[in-house]
Amino acid sequence: MSQTSSINRSVLSETSSLTRYDLEIIVTMINDGSRVLDIGCGDGALLDYLGRNKAVDGRGIEISQDGVNACVANGLSVIQGDADTDLEYFPDDAFDYVLLTRTLQATRNPREVVSHLVRIGRHAIVSFTNFGHWRVRLEMLLRGRMPIVGDEKASWYDTPNIHLCTIRDFSKLCDDLGLKVQQALSVSRAGSARRLNSAGAAANICGEEAIFVLTRE
Amino acid sequence: MGATRDTPPIPGVINEELPRLQAELARDKPMRLDSGETIGPFTAAYTTCGHLNADKSNVVLICHALTGDQYVLENNPLTNKPGWWQLMVGPGKPLDTDRYFFVCINVLGGCMGSTGPKDTNPDTNKPWGLEFPVITIGDMVRAQSLLLDHLGIDQLFCVIGGSMGAMQVLEWASKYPDRVFSAVPIAGAARHSAQNIAFHEVGRQAIMADPDWRKGNYLREGAKPKGGLSVARMAAHITYLSETALHRKFGRRLQAREAISFGFDADFQVESYLRHQGSTFVERFDANSYLYITRAMDYFDLAAEYGGVLAAAFEATPVRFCVISFNSDWLFPTEESREIVRALNAVAANVSFVEIDTDKGHDAFLLEEPQFCATVSGFLEGAAEHRGLARK
Repeated sequence: MSQTSSINRSVLSETSSLTRYDLEIIVTMINDGSRVLDIGCGDGALLDYLGRNKAVDGRGIEISQDGVNACVANGLSVIQGDADTDLEYFPDDAFDYVLLTRTLQATRNPREVVSHLVRIGRHAIVSFTNFGHWRVRLEMLLRGRMPIVGDEKASWYDTPNIHLCTIRDFSKLCDDLGLKVQQALSVSRAGSARRLNSAGAAANICGEEAIFVLTRE
Repeated sequence: MGATRDTPPIPGVINEELPRLQAELARDKPMRLDSGETIGPFTAAYTTCGHLNADKSNVVLICHALTGDQYVLENNPLTNKPGWWQLMVGPGKPLDTDRYFFVCINVLGGCMGSTGPKDTNPDTNKPWGLEFPVITIGDMVRAQSLLLDHLGIDQLFCVIGGSMGAMQVLEWASKYPDRVFSAVPIAGAARHSAQNIAFHEVGRQAIMADPDWRKGNYLREGAKPKGGLSVARMAAHITYLSETALHRKFGRRLQAREAISFGFDADFQVESYLRHQGSTFVERFDANSYLYITRAMDYFDLAAEYGGVLAAAFEATPVRFCVISFNSDWLFPTEESREIVRALNAVAANVSFVEIDTDKGHDAFLLEEPQFCATVSGFLEGAAEHRGLARK
């Protein structure tokens, strides 16, 4: 179902200041000079990179006070806020790209959040951990324990992720919301990305992470 | 304007030469006030610090709070105390006098050199008293804009201020978006809340209940409503602090005594402190000015002129905003700042918003707060980069 993408780590050397491979791929999707809203922007590494290298007019929303302080002290335009409650205040089509990287599963109402992304931005780019990955499945099957994935290495009781999903789950949500999937990638831990079409059964097993580019129909 | 560093276009802008500046404004044409009345000519007193650059692109306007004044850095000549924002303004400070040129103007209606109720009404040759027209935050800002015209300053790199200063910052950004590159409203609100109007009313009633207030004519009659103004200050001062800060500072400790006196002396340190705050305040502040300025704050409601929609006050604004609040501020709680941020988001404005974690209450913007300093300097640095203000 999936085919190997032309995107791989070797062509992404200019993104060396980014430490997350989903971000390394996402920056290649964003046009120079565009308006970008990064929801859950953390310490602002992505916004900082986009501002410096792509002349992007970037804004961020971050829930943690430490993250916000770091961003603003670094000259970035970031507000303290919550994806679940603050997106409704943004007008339609305010941004070229709205980014939600590794944050979707930490929201209380992912369906509503995704709807807002494509309303506020002409494109929404969402990255998330794929809980359909074979290692996750195996862990459940053999050990009967909730899988521990991603960089957090947090136990089930202290992970920020409360709405776990697989690539197939997310594809279905996009269908339900009538969204157009402009591009969908499954990414392995090594950072190699594969394009996937439709539901992508193989990707749902092999990809540790997914990146979706969405638009309204 | 053809100005160069060697020939400053504004006489006396370097503050070593002229520490206390005044300008007469609205000389040819009186300035219209929101009340419908007019005022003019009137005086605006201000201070400056730092150096104006050649293209006048490094001007920062500091807006002072209710009982503040124009002495941000240099010593206040009345109290001989250091300027009220000395922690923030100076060489290498977040508001860096090595990089920016600062202007701070005593508000219209104030009592530190700008025209206010204690000055002489030219029509009667007596102190204005309550004949002084009621002024608003909008009037204060209009007066400031006239002073900047007078100084030949077209655009402000930044307008910054806390509390009532934040109200002026918002008014500036809303009414003069083309003159403001960036705006930093600190511990403010887009409208004065019912609770805050209530506190102000208590203060005003304390002043007006003082027999020496003489229906506002105390200056003409050689009296001074010290008791009333002092109580007003004491009540207000409590609202500037947090419960935690008060407790940390004073607890239930007794003032210079071993045991309670079973009387009404200042047994507790906190009482003694408040009495001191009240009695020093009356030495430097005019009671009628206090009435007028608190009224201006009460009347402030930025959204009101826009059909109640705050976002409409900032439609298509080019201004870069940095909204700052303090989590222990119960006078201007974070929610008020969040309201401003939501309105700015609704027009997709460029806005940063930081809530500073501190237990020092509303007054935190006047105190040593590392996170607050880092926020202000970081935001200004980013704005300076966008404005093309190169670092020296």
